[in-house]
Amino acid sequence: MAVDSFKYLPRSFRAGFEGMAVQEETTVWSPLAVPIEQATVALLTSAGLYLKESQPPFDVERERQEPTWGDPTYRVIPRTVRQEEVSAEHLHLNTRDFHIDFNVALPIRAFGQLEADGAIGGLADEHYGFMGFQDHALEGWREHAAPEVARRLKDAGVHALVLAPA
Amino acid sequence: MLARLIEESGIATVLVTMMPDLAEKFRPARVVGVEFPFGHAFGMVDDQAMQRTVAEAAVRLLSEATEPESRLDVDLEWPIDQRTAYRDWQPAEASPIVAHNIRRRQELEARRAAAN
Repeated sequence: MAVDSFKYLPRSFRAGFEGMAVQEETTVWSPLAVPIEQATVALLTSAGLYLKESQPPFDVERERQEPTWGDPTYRVIPRTVRQEEVSAEHLHLNTRDFHIDFNVALPIRAFGQLEADGAIGGLADEHYGFMGFQDHALEGWREHAAPEVARRLKDAGVHALVLAPA
Repeated sequence: MLARLIEESGIATVLVTMMPDLAEKFRPARVVGVEFPFGHAFGMVDDQAMQRTVAEAAVRLLSEATEPESRLDVDLEWPIDQRTAYRDWQPAEASPIVAHNIRRRQELEARRAAAN
């Protein structure tokens, strides 16, 4: 099955995305450093998930005032997180389902099962919540968030990151 | 974007996305495509089998891909009709940037009408 990338996109956006030129001149590649059965895997979502009792929500009030701005910060979400601890802020999506089963965007449960079955070496202790709407410059991600997350992943001995744009 | 930056730091990445054709324009290392509504990269609420199938595709690509721009599309259909699914993923009100662009277009059209 070949996925229709634009099936659920508003029609007014489709032509622009389909006709977009390739944005990067070079490819990127880091081979998996160990066999997948030995690899520690972390997860990242841009669905705007955060821990409602201990973390600030993503700053959607500023986005309402500055429509081209998106909160570039991120939240660390532990693998032990419970559904009732999770909330979400994202003005470009209906967040209802994240409050019922956050695994649709951050599949800690499925990867925990893969760990238990030996399909991966382990699921990392911490995972990452971003809010996906960003301005085109992406300075906050480039200058701060990405280097910080990369450092955290390396410090935790993570071999692979599964990213799910929302 | 994030995937490229992390990959450049030496950690293998795989993107699981509803828009793999768009993702490929950024030349990522590995892409899993899913034909699901936005916000649901791993499937439906409480559907553990569906979520696991997508997770397994990500693991398979991490394990088997040997070169950049590798892609694997998941052979699963969203079990809700397209019109309903399209409506369900949308926010209750237009996002600020969409509302901003609508206002700008209306202002432009009003200026054009006044000039004619």
